[in-house]
Amino acid sequence: MSADADDRPLLGVRGLVKRYGAQVGCLDVGFDLWPGEVLGIVGESGSGKTTVLDCLSGRVEADGGQVGYAKADGSVVDVLRLDEAARRRLLRTDWGVVHQHAREGLRMGVSAGANVGERLMALGARHYGRVRGRALDWLARVEIDAGRIDDLPETFSGGMQQRLQIARNLVTEPRLVLMDEPTGGLDVSVQARLLDLLRGLVEDLGLSAVIVTHDLAVARLLAHRLLVMRGGQVVESGLTDQVLDDPQHPYAQLLVSSVLQP
Amino acid sequence: MSGAALEVRGLAKAFTLHVQGGVRLPVLTDVSLTVQPGECVVLADPSGAGKSTLLRSIYGNYLVREGQVLIRHRDRMVDMVGAPPRLVLEVRRHTLGYVSQFLRVIPRVPTEQVVAGTLRARGVEALAALRRARTVLERLGIPERLWTLSPVTFSGGEQQRVNVARVFVADYPIVLLDEPTASLDAASRLAVVELIREARRRGAAVLGIVHDAQVRAEVATHVRTLAGTEAA
Amino acid sequence: MSRYNFAYLDEQTKRMIRRAILKAVAVPGYQVPFGSREMPLSYGWGTGGVQVTASVIGPTDVLKVIDQGADDTTNAVSIRKFFARTTGVATTTRTEEATLIQTRHRIPETPLAPGQIVVFQVPIPEPLRWLEPREAETRKMHALEEYGVMYVRLYEDITRHGRVAQTYEYPVIVNGRYLMRPSPIPKFDNPKLDRSPALMLFGAGREKRIYAVPPWTSVKSLDFDDHPFEVEHWDRPCDLCGARGAFLDELIVDDKGGRLFICSDTDFCARRQAAGDEPAT
Repeated sequence: MSADADDRPLLGVRGLVKRYGAQVGCLDVGFDLWPGEVLGIVGESGSGKTTVLDCLSGRVEADGGQVGYAKADGSVVDVLRLDEAARRRLLRTDWGVVHQHAREGLRMGVSAGANVGERLMALGARHYGRVRGRALDWLARVEIDAGRIDDLPETFSGGMQQRLQIARNLVTEPRLVLMDEPTGGLDVSVQARLLDLLRGLVEDLGLSAVIVTHDLAVARLLAHRLLVMRGGQVVESGLTDQVLDDPQHPYAQLLVSSVLQP
Repeated sequence: MSGAALEVRGLAKAFTLHVQGGVRLPVLTDVSLTVQPGECVVLADPSGAGKSTLLRSIYGNYLVREGQVLIRHRDRMVDMVGAPPRLVLEVRRHTLGYVSQFLRVIPRVPTEQVVAGTLRARGVEALAALRRARTVLERLGIPERLWTLSPVTFSGGEQQRVNVARVFVADYPIVLLDEPTASLDAASRLAVVELIREARRRGAAVLGIVHDAQVRAEVATHVRTLAGTEAA
Repeated sequence: MSRYNFAYLDEQTKRMIRRAILKAVAVPGYQVPFGSREMPLSYGWGTGGVQVTASVIGPTDVLKVIDQGADDTTNAVSIRKFFARTTGVATTTRTEEATLIQTRHRIPETPLAPGQIVVFQVPIPEPLRWLEPREAETRKMHALEEYGVMYVRLYEDITRHGRVAQTYEYPVIVNGRYLMRPSPIPKFDNPKLDRSPALMLFGAGREKRIYAVPPWTSVKSLDFDDHPFEVEHWDRPCDLCGARGAFLDELIVDDKGGRLFICSDTDFCARRQAAGDEPAT
């Protein structure tokens, strides 16, 4: 992480709004994300946290606001105003999206190796041996046995599918990764292993990430900063340990105090 | 502005417990203190007075709205109060170390990696960080067979030593200590005292909570209360 | 002449199809939607090819129709008779005499000349359909040149079979831009598409798409640097005419496993036999 990459935010979100008819999906959401930083968005169901992520990834069309993204060449684009071609290109190269359900982020009918290699091939990689080599590297990194490279993701456990999804996204070394409940629906021990992997990758690769989660323990482990959302709005934001150890907003206090300690 | 490493001015901290009907607990009022490089200031108030709260407030773990917490960070004075989170993280990475009372354990990370992590966060190469981690663990008497295990199964004393190692593996200009020797035996206490003295000798500024009179005598250059009263 | 319009289709329909053909020629490899009509043959039997032929055929044309390389199979004969009845144009089995060649699943062995038009019958025009069932999505992928998934298909083949297993309908990039499915011709014929002097037209009646490769256009079969595109080889010549380097069909001739390998292009083979050529090519 170089000094000059540091002096401007990677992502600048302002006034993000999404409505579903009369319902508010999210309202007036704003934050900056700096290179190498992990931002956690926490809240309960209906808080709007997933809506924010969906607006960023383009899964839903925002109703208003700006999402300024600083590209590698230094120029800043408003992602919400990009044409579809540019947006799709962005999502395939600079950005990664890790879905809660691995099925949504993988090609289930194609081998693990092909899943990991696809983005490389989409970017012009034309040497089978090298593509396979990179796929093997990444499978090792996400702790999937090399012998499974030719297996279909359908034969993988939930945790393995999720790790494959992560490898598939990170193989092109995106500058920003969006994750929606990356450990959702997984067994506790599997979650733990995945969290350690994510922590390691964030540290090793200096990833910038926005992680949506309802699990405060996940947030504490992975995020540098937190946004607490409720009813579509951000009610508190700050350093992760500060928000969790000294929450200011009544709802944030309620959320933190509601968590069971094992 | 003196050459102070840490200067607290008029700091106040209160907690409003909304979950309990909005009751307000004022814990700190108008706290001011200065710590120069090479000094070790020990807070001598009785339990419950807010000493830990002060350390956490300086560290940014508690949100402060009133007063200033000035830290000499990379040749400039940074006010932690109102600082953006990135700056607080940068200060914690390079300038301000904090040995809390309890080690927060991630169950699957080996002890030596927990300690090396401090250096890796500063960009030190993994192997070099590991070597230095092992050195300090050895100094604190954590046997080698425990280095690859997670501290989750350790005794209170062992966990506390890991906590100390995590901070003293690096050369922090400012160190906050909350009862660093509380659950330690004599030999370990000695090791920690030596680490503190070394830190002071290289110019670190130390602010600590130490109940043990003997340890206090060995490390403190100044003893005072939150209110500012100097003690012997 | 029957009560049908020249070449069966009404003039407005022919115009519509010619407009589609012009668009297709202007954007090589791009699938142009067209208002496919009901023809007197079932879907899957070449309605697209027939509509294209019907729209471009003129009184002075000489028509050849082949199916799997042969002029004498049922379908080839039916279609040739259809056009003979509805247009009265001359027909031929000789490739070099034809101005218009409608084909199912092969390109003639005899090299094509400038001025010739080849019309291909296409079942599924969309090369990405194997992966993406949604038409809206595949159109976007073409528009945005998102062809990475086609290489995924090749990767999977190499992984499972050690080589690209696709031996017909082998995907190509036309004019360096559009990914195209060249109809179910064997990959052996793909090189004939590249910079051909002839105009190649592709018609899919059921799917309602027309696409084209203008003369002298580059057509490159997809491959990997370390697994380059290769065509089929036979280690023996044609048993009838001795040709080497032609596409051979395998024929079982008795119950004892006897077999013959003979040219699939019947015209090519017949003329070589007539000329008494030694096995040379």
